Amino acid sequence: MKILTGNDLRTGQVTWWTGQGWSIHVEDAVDVGDQADAIAAREEGARRVNVPYAINAEIDEKGGVRPAHIKDRIRALGPTVRPDLTLKPADPEAGNWVI
Amino acid sequence: MYRYDKYDQAMVDARVAEFRDQARRRLEGKMTEDQFKPLRLQNGLYLQLHAYMLRVAVPYGTLNAQQMHMLADIADKYDRGYGHFTTRQNIQYNWIKLEDTADILADLAKVEMHAIQTSGNCIRNISSDQYAGAAADELIDPRPYAELLRQWSSFHPEFLALPRKFKICVIASETDRAAMKLHDIGIRIVKNDAGEIGAAFYVGGGMGRTPMIAPLIREFVPLDQLITYAEACLRVYNRYGRRDNKFKARIKILVHELGKEEYARQVEEEFAHLLTQDIEPPLAELERIKEYFADPAFEAGASDEIDLSDPDFALWVKNNCHAHKQPGYITATISLKPVGGIPGDASAAQMHLMAELGKEYSFDEMRVTHAQNIVLPHVKKADLYTLWQKLDEAGLGAANLDSIEDIIACPGLDYCSLANARSIPVAQKISERFAGNGKTETLGELKLKISGCINACGHHHAGHIGILGVDKKGLENYQLLLGGCEGEDTSLGKITGPGFTEDGIVDAVDKAADVYLAQRQEGERFLDTYRRIGMDPFKEAIYG
Ligand code: SF4
Repeated sequence: MKILTGNDLRTGQVTWWTGQGWSIHVEDAVDVGDQADAIAAREEGARRVNVPYAINAEIDEKGGVRPAHIKDRIRALGPTVRPDLTLKPADPEAGNWVI
Repeated sequence: MYRYDKYDQAMVDARVAEFRDQARRRLEGKMTEDQFKPLRLQNGLYLQLHAYMLRVAVPYGTLNAQQMHMLADIADKYDRGYGHFTTRQNIQYNWIKLEDTADILADLAKVEMHAIQTSGNCIRNISSDQYAGAAADELIDPRPYAELLRQWSSFHPEFLALPRKFKICVIASETDRAAMKLHDIGIRIVKNDAGEIGAAFYVGGGMGRTPMIAPLIREFVPLDQLITYAEACLRVYNRYGRRDNKFKARIKILVHELGKEEYARQVEEEFAHLLTQDIEPPLAELERIKEYFADPAFEAGASDEIDLSDPDFALWVKNNCHAHKQPGYITATISLKPVGGIPGDASAAQMHLMAELGKEYSFDEMRVTHAQNIVLPHVKKADLYTLWQKLDEAGLGAANLDSIEDIIACPGLDYCSLANARSIPVAQKISERFAGNGKTETLGELKLKISGCINACGHHHAGHIGILGVDKKGLENYQLLLGGCEGEDTSLGKITGPGFTEDGIVDAVDKAADVYLAQRQEGERFLDTYRRIGMDPFKEAIYG
């Protein structure tokens, strides 16, 4: 599947396209099919996202969305060396998901 | 240390106001990202993996307590309570919001700091010896010249759109503690046979994808022609440096392709022309700058005695302290490399503490080192034990300077959008391995440096042991290099062979360390043994 990601213009926070808007949780990302460029252009024009781009992803065994490349998995989680600053500070296994 | 005059302050304040307006226009949609990006980069604002990243310049690594307190306040108020000291003697914040950035720059301006020219194809922050003005072995204090170069290069209209970024380093001792020959221009202040002081210019060094050691271009430039000669070096580069290919645009490629003799000839020609133009700053300006770098009020007759009866303290003194030019004083380095920690990271609380200790024990002065540590340059030996106790209590007492635990690591794939692999977890595992197996102290000086990609911000080419993160079919992989060095005998590391996984690279480093321990001769460091026995014994042990 193809999902769309970018950063929030104001805060720089990593965001994922949910079909209706932008979420900081990769689990909310939806398959954009061949619509990535159109959505990206529209959303960037409206300043709801900065530098959006489409990436490959898959649904993992737990039903979650898993970006294909480690860089985007780290973007989705947060820095692996500071679990306290990730989106899943209470999950000791969260870092393994990245690898 | 240098303090802004009204011109410095006016320039920085004007830049803050300008950026505030630019950011507002971007947020209001009056500028596209393509239009805004070069403007934010000129103010040190990158877009990284998790947020915007702001790189703040620490001129030649020198800062006072008020500035360090402000860096801590910014970490608390606008970031997530910490900052990352870099190999360019700067500090980076990882979680910055665009909407806050102008306020941060305004706060920085209040303490005579900024983020100007910390990115882009311009002359970056001037780097220097972290022991400048304190070291027993220096000829003179290089910082007035670093400051003169800072003023000359700030907003220099001719050099704001160079073919590529440009890094200058100034040192004034035989021992090179600043990787001088791995800069675009490395300047060593020297004395000639007639006893005059001048500057030796090394031009065309650098790391990155094509590492090169800067060749000596001119042995002696009179100090009252320093800026003129630097301008000539830059002019030749600006004219002929390649703009068609980003990967061949650094001055090292130009010097290499022309040959150092031809490059030097062209510089001489330009230099002769510039001498007729009288561009050197007036001597009075240099004298004005020098006054800011006068020695602090050292106590005459201070005792040289240090009570070393506490073995932990004695180890810290042995490893982390350096001889001072003034009797009764010593230079102390605070290691930002606790076992298993993140190299170069400091929390706001730690920054506040270092600021307080710098004020109380080091004449209100601190230095950031290219090895990502903090120096208190002028500590009275009589105060050293108390200082160490306070550091140790706060987890800042690691006695591991220049050891295998004192690892340089770039932010890598945990933070950097250009990275191929993570650097920090590798550094953490190596420091834990060696702290655990007890070999650190036995190994002695062993500089290990890790970069998360070929850009080499972690100086892997110059590590006695270097590690380079690469992308191997979507997986993190690590190449091992041996034999690099950034000192006066600068050398570039060589790749041992096929790369390793994250755990594999830790084992490989351990095996390389064991080869050294087995083969070393009296007085040899890891690097000396490697240079004597060569790569093969290491390869056999690692891949055998
Ligand atoms: S070396 Fe590469 S990964 Fe590391 S900070 Fe520099 S650009 Fe980023």
